[in-house]
Amino acid sequence: MTPILQIRDLQVSYYTDLGRATALNRVNLDLNPGEKLGLVGESGSGKSTMALAMMRMIKAPGRIESGSVTVGGVDLITLNDEEMRLARLSRIAYIPQGAMNSLNPVLRIGAQMVDAIKAHIPNMSQADMTEQCMQSLESVDLKRNVFQMYAHELSGGMKQRVCIAIGILLKPQVIIADEPTSALDVVTQRQVMETIDRVQKEMGAAVILIGHDMGLMAQFVDKVAVMYAGRLTEVSTVRDMFSKPMHPYAQALIKSLPNLSNKGVFQGIAGLAPSLLRIPNGCAFHPRCPQAMDVCKTTVPDVKEYEGNRLVACHLYTEGA
Amino acid sequence: MANLLEFRNVTKTYTRGYFAEAGTTALADFSMTLKEDEPTIMTVAGESGSGKTTLAMLLLGFIDPTKGEILYKGKNINKLRGDDRLNYRREVQAVFQDPFAVFNPFYTVDHLLTVPIEKFKLAKSKADARNKMEEALSSVGLRPEDILGRFPHQLSGGQRQRINVARALLLKPRVLVADEPVSMVDASLRANILESLRGLHRDHGVSIIYITHDLTTAYHVANSIVVLYKGGVMEAGDIDNVIQKPQHPYTRLLIDSIPWPDVDRRWGSDGMMVKESETTDKGGKGCRFAARCPHVKDSCLHIPPPLYRVGQTQVASCVLYDNNPVLPATQLTDVLPV
Ligand SMILES: Nc1ncnc2c1ncn2[C@@H]1O[C@H](COP(=O)(O)OP(=O)(O)OP(=O)(O)O)[C@@H](O)[C@H]1O
Ligand SMILES: Nc1ncnc2c1ncn2[C@@H]1O[C@H](COP(=O)(O)OP(=O)(O)OP(=O)(O)O)[C@@H](O)[C@H]1O
Ligand code: SF4
Ligand code: SF4
Ligand SMILES: [Mg+2]
Ligand SMILES: [Mg+2]
Repeated sequence: MTPILQIRDLQVSYYTDLGRATALNRVNLDLNPGEKLGLVGESGSGKSTMALAMMRMIKAPGRIESGSVTVGGVDLITLNDEEMRLARLSRIAYIPQGAMNSLNPVLRIGAQMVDAIKAHIPNMSQADMTEQCMQSLESVDLKRNVFQMYAHELSGGMKQRVCIAIGILLKPQVIIADEPTSALDVVTQRQVMETIDRVQKEMGAAVILIGHDMGLMAQFVDKVAVMYAGRLTEVSTVRDMFSKPMHPYAQALIKSLPNLSNKGVFQGIAGLAPSLLRIPNGCAFHPRCPQAMDVCKTTVPDVKEYEGNRLVACHLYTEGA
Repeated sequence: MANLLEFRNVTKTYTRGYFAEAGTTALADFSMTLKEDEPTIMTVAGESGSGKTTLAMLLLGFIDPTKGEILYKGKNINKLRGDDRLNYRREVQAVFQDPFAVFNPFYTVDHLLTVPIEKFKLAKSKADARNKMEEALSSVGLRPEDILGRFPHQLSGGQRQRINVARALLLKPRVLVADEPVSMVDASLRANILESLRGLHRDHGVSIIYITHDLTTAYHVANSIVVLYKGGVMEAGDIDNVIQKPQHPYTRLLIDSIPWPDVDRRWGSDGMMVKESETTDKGGKGCRFAARCPHVKDSCLHIPPPLYRVGQTQVASCVLYDNNPVLPATQLTDVLPV
C-alpha cells in the first residue's frame, strides 16, 4: 500500500528572545489510508507543533526549516498559499487543541460551518450546504438544532463535537485531532471516538490522534508514536507499545499509568523535561534515563527499524549488536 | 464544628438558551458542606454538560444561584463585603477547565503569578516573591527560567494548564476547585501534579473539589465522589465503594466506559449505550437518566428519585433501591467521608 501521508525530515524552530528553540527535529513518519496513529509524549514535546507544521499553520516566531509533508502524492510544503488554503479541510484537516474556544461567540454554529464549506465550494446551494452541515452534526451525535445555536449555549463537550463536525465536513484524507476528547467524560469520549472511527472508515482517511490519554490510545489507534523533546523516539503497533515498549521513555510512560488496582501509587518520571533551547547533547532523554550509557551523552541515537516494523531511537539496541 | 463552605439547596437554571423552552437546569437542588477542620478531596464527576463547571462557577461567585444559597464561613457569598470578600477571594481558588480561555494574551506568565502575590501580600520581598514563584513552577514540572517572561501563545496546552495549577499552589487557598486540572498533560506529569495537589491537601489542609471525568485519577486522589447527570446527583459516597461497586445504572455505564490502557481489555461491551441525539430531553419530571436507562419502568417517570442509601457511605438516586431508607438531599455530606 502506498502511504497516504509521508513526512520527511520535518524540522521546526521557534525564534525566541532567548534563542532558537528546536521544537521539531527531523521527524519522519508514514501513514497508510485508514490507519490510525496515536501521537503521545510529554507536554511541550512538540506534538501540536508537528500538527501545525503539517497544516502549514506555524506562525512567527516559528518557522518550518526543512522537510516535506506529502498527502496523496502532493507535497504540501511546496504549495502556494492559495493552494494550501484549499488543501486544508479537503486534503488534511486539523481539529486544534482547545478548538472549542476558537468558535466565534457571535455567530451561530451553522453559519460557521457554512463559511467553512463556502471557502471551498462557493457554488453549492444553500440547501445542500445546510444539509451537509446537519449531517455532519448528526454524525458527531449532536442534534440538528445545534445548527441554530451559539457556542455559549453548548457545554465543552458539545463544542468539541462541533469542531469535529467542522473538521470532517469536506471528507479529508488525513484528519489530525489534537486532544479531541480531553474535556469530555468517558461516555461521550467513547461516542466521539466511535464516531471518528466510523467517519474515518467510511472515508478511508488516516487519523492522527494527539493526546495524553493512554487508555484512549489503547482502545482506538493502530500505531503509537512517542515524542520526546521534538524527536520521535519510538513508533510501534499499539500492542507492542503497551506490552513491550522498547525506548526507556516509552517504558516509563507506560509504567506511570494509573489503574484501579494500584491505588495511591503515582509513578511519574523524575526530573524535568529539557528546555528546547538547550537540548542535552546525545540522547535528549539521557539526564533522566535510568539506563543511560556513556555513548548516550555524546551521540544522538539514530532511528532504526526493529522486528515488527518498530522504529526506535535508542543506543540500548545497537550497542553490542 | 464550623462549616467552611456550604451549598444549601442550590439550583441553577440558565434561561438564556434561545431554543430550550424552559431553560436548562444545570444544577438541581444541590446541597453539600465542607467543614473547617476536616479538609477533604471530593470528586465531582459526570458527563459533559452535567453541570460540573456550573458548580465551580457558582462556588466562585461568578454566577448567582437561581435558588438556594452558598455560604462561606456562614455568610452568603453574594453578600460578602470588605475584608470578608477579600478573604473569600483569596481563600477560594480555582484551576479552570480550559487553559486557553483564562489567559489574557497580552500579559506574560509573570504577571499571572505576581498579581496575586502582590494583591494578597504573599511575599515579604521581591526576592521572596521570585522564590515562591519558582518553587510553584518547578513543582508542576516547569522550568522557571524558560517560562517566565513568555506570553500564553508561546506555551503548549499542558504548559498553560500547569501554570494554572502553579498559581493555585502559590496561593495556598482553603478551598481549591480544580476543573479538569490535568486533562492536557501526559500520564507521568499527571501523576506528579496530582501528587502536588494531594500534598497541598495533606500538608496545608486545603480542601479540594476535583472536577473530572477521569474516574481512574479520581479514584487515586479523592476521598469521596458525587456523580452528576443533567444537574442532578445520581450517586455519591465513599470513592472506593462507588468505583468498585457502582449501584446506579449511570455510574455503572461510566465505569464500564473507562478506556483502559490495556489492549486486551476492550472498551465497554455493555449494550446499554443510547446515543445522546436520540434521547428526548424534555426536562422530564422523573429520573433524569430515564431516557438512556435499560432498567427504566413507570415508577421512574414521575418524580426524580430521592437518594436511597445503598451502603454505609453510599447513596443512589434510583428506584431500583426504593426499599432502602432515604437520605434527605440536604444531608448528602453525611455519606461523604473526609
Ligand atoms: N510561539 C511560540 N514561541 C516560542 N515557543 C513556542 C511557541 N509555541 C510553542 N512553543 C514551544 O514549543 C514546544 C512545543 O510546543 P507544542 O505546543 O508543540 O507542545 P505539545 O507537545 O503539543 O504539548 P502539550 O501536550 O502540552 O500540548 C513547547 O516547549 C512550547 O513552549
Ligand atoms: N451561559 C449559559 N447559557 C445557557 N446554558 C448554559 C450556559 N452555561 C452552561 N449551560 C448549560 O448548562 C449545562 C451544564 O453545563 P456545564 O458547563 O456546567 O457542564 P459541565 O459538566 O462542566 O460539562 P463539560 O464536561 O462539557 O465541561 C449544559 O447543558 C450547558 O449547555
Ligand atoms: S539512548 Fe541512552 S539515554 Fe537515550 S533512551 Fe536509550 S539508553 Fe536512555
Ligand atoms: S430511577 Fe429508573 S430510569 Fe432512573 S436510573 Fe433508576 S431504574 Fe433507571
Ligand atoms: Mg499540544
Ligand atoms: Mg465543564
